Amino acid sequence: MTEAQVILETRDLSRHFGGLKAVDGVNLQIYQGELHSIIGPNGAGKTTLFNLLSSTLKPTRGRVFFKGRDITHLPPYRMAHLGIGRSYQITNIFPSLTVFENVRVAVQALGKHNFNPLTPIEQFQEYREQALEALELTGLTHVAAVPALALSHGDKRKLELAILLAQNPELLLLDEPTSGLAGEDVPEFMQLIERIHRQGQKTTVLVEHNMNVVMSLSDRITVMHQGQILAVGTPQEISQNPEVQKAYLGEMYAGIEQAGPGGEMA
Amino acid sequence: MTTKLRSGFWRQSLLIAGLFAIALLALNFLIFDTGIVAVVLLSGFYQGMLFFLVAAGMSIVFGLLDVLNLAQGSFFMLGAYVGFAIYNALPEGTPITVRFVAALVGAVVFGGVLGAGVEIALLRPLYVRPIFQIVLTFGLATAITELVRGIYGPSGLVPVEPPAALNTTIAVMRGQFETYRLFIIAVGLVLMIGISLLLQRTRLGIIIRAGVQDSQMVEALGINVRRVFTLVFALGTAVAALGGMTAAPFLGAYPAMGEQFLLTAIIVIVIGGMSSFEGTAIAALLVGLTRATVEQISLQYLNTPILASISILVFMVVVLLVRPTGLFGREA
Repeated sequence: MTEAQVILETRDLSRHFGGLKAVDGVNLQIYQGELHSIIGPNGAGKTTLFNLLSSTLKPTRGRVFFKGRDITHLPPYRMAHLGIGRSYQITNIFPSLTVFENVRVAVQALGKHNFNPLTPIEQFQEYREQALEALELTGLTHVAAVPALALSHGDKRKLELAILLAQNPELLLLDEPTSGLAGEDVPEFMQLIERIHRQGQKTTVLVEHNMNVVMSLSDRITVMHQGQILAVGTPQEISQNPEVQKAYLGEMYAGIEQAGPGGEMA
Repeated sequence: MTTKLRSGFWRQSLLIAGLFAIALLALNFLIFDTGIVAVVLLSGFYQGMLFFLVAAGMSIVFGLLDVLNLAQGSFFMLGAYVGFAIYNALPEGTPITVRFVAALVGAVVFGGVLGAGVEIALLRPLYVRPIFQIVLTFGLATAITELVRGIYGPSGLVPVEPPAALNTTIAVMRGQFETYRLFIIAVGLVLMIGISLLLQRTRLGIIIRAGVQDSQMVEALGINVRRVFTLVFALGTAVAALGGMTAAPFLGAYPAMGEQFLLTAIIVIVIGGMSSFEGTAIAALLVGLTRATVEQISLQYLNTPILASISILVFMVVVLLVRPTGLFGREA
């Protein structure tokens, strides 16, 4: 793994909101093909870091590189064209479009002829096929014609994944993909993410509050604390890291035990 | 594909709108004899189409850009003035039909360019401050109106003459009806169908529909949303300017026409459900019919059309009481 190529890298990445150093001097390296989770308690700066990685926020200082290319100041819509797909913490779908149309917008967004308004959608067979493929992968084929707002919450989150997959990104950025899911649906959903990750040979960066969820499937984990990186390592290294434990892991353990079924904590 | 999308909510909205239209019709037949009913209906349609031409752009712009464009009425008025200027500037001997078509085309082009310019130069810096945008469009409306008043005077221009075929009357049932009003109805219908096809059947349309629901998400998918914003704002302005030039040979061009149509257009999009295009189209026609019916009643019994403008406000209040999000509006 350490020999692997770096696909996403930050150098001295910082974002301050007035006096608050939400993200401060973060140097992060994501290797090609790994499933990398970023965890930390509320207020650790995870979501700010995520928004910086996906170019939704501009940093106060520092840079972001994707495959060696400086992407710090690219407009957000360029990300998808480079092969970076992102999801949001809050479910983001187009509620009154059908499930199929939701996915097709995503495919179409990377097509070339968006601004020829007179071209009927139906002519673009390959859009259709790509969209159906993404629905197949996420198991949503049977609800393709249903308006997205009629889906269950779990299926809405799957639809989000389908929207992402339809664009076939190299790098997946997922912000708390299991948030809002019922406890019993979480393992199945994480398995889906893992399957997509392995089968599609993608690089996946996962921001997660619930560390229980990521322990079993992450290749490496970055722990954030007060805007800075506290530790980076394999799940085992992280769970044994005394600094992580001392700083706040105990507090999180308590939270996990209350939350219900235990994972494969070392 | 889209028919599957129409849930019970949609059917219920259509039902309410349909019942209201039937009630209006019944009222018409009860009070007036058939000749007058035909004229009232045509008059309602022609007014409704003009409201639609102003409101269509406002509704789509509100949905996609989250901007309530209070300058839309002024764009409507400017379309009339620009059209008249073109009409009158063409060299002597130019046939009336050519002048008329040139005026319409000129208004559209002018509207498009003006809209794109306003979006890029004035609105774009203010997307982070939505309230400022409302103030800005209000200021723009005032500035445009005063500018026109200053240049052309407060009283307005003499209406230009439309081509002969559009400048006559025909017998409708037992009433007389100006062909020019039919032309206005036709222009409105063509745009209604055209915009609807654009939204439902084309890729730009699906991007707009998706963007109305979540423009940030559309951007994350790789669409340059800013460019779509500019295009949509320009289209909305162009349609309004075309509406102004379409209306003006009949109504004349005068500075206050912008404010008048703006107010009605706001009522229309509120009744229709703010960002719903279908809602706006249907609401525009219902408002036109309501206005025409009450106008006729008011003229017949009170000898003044005064109740007409009050009636559409009452209509809006009733709709909002029954359905606070408007006929076709959903809560966000």
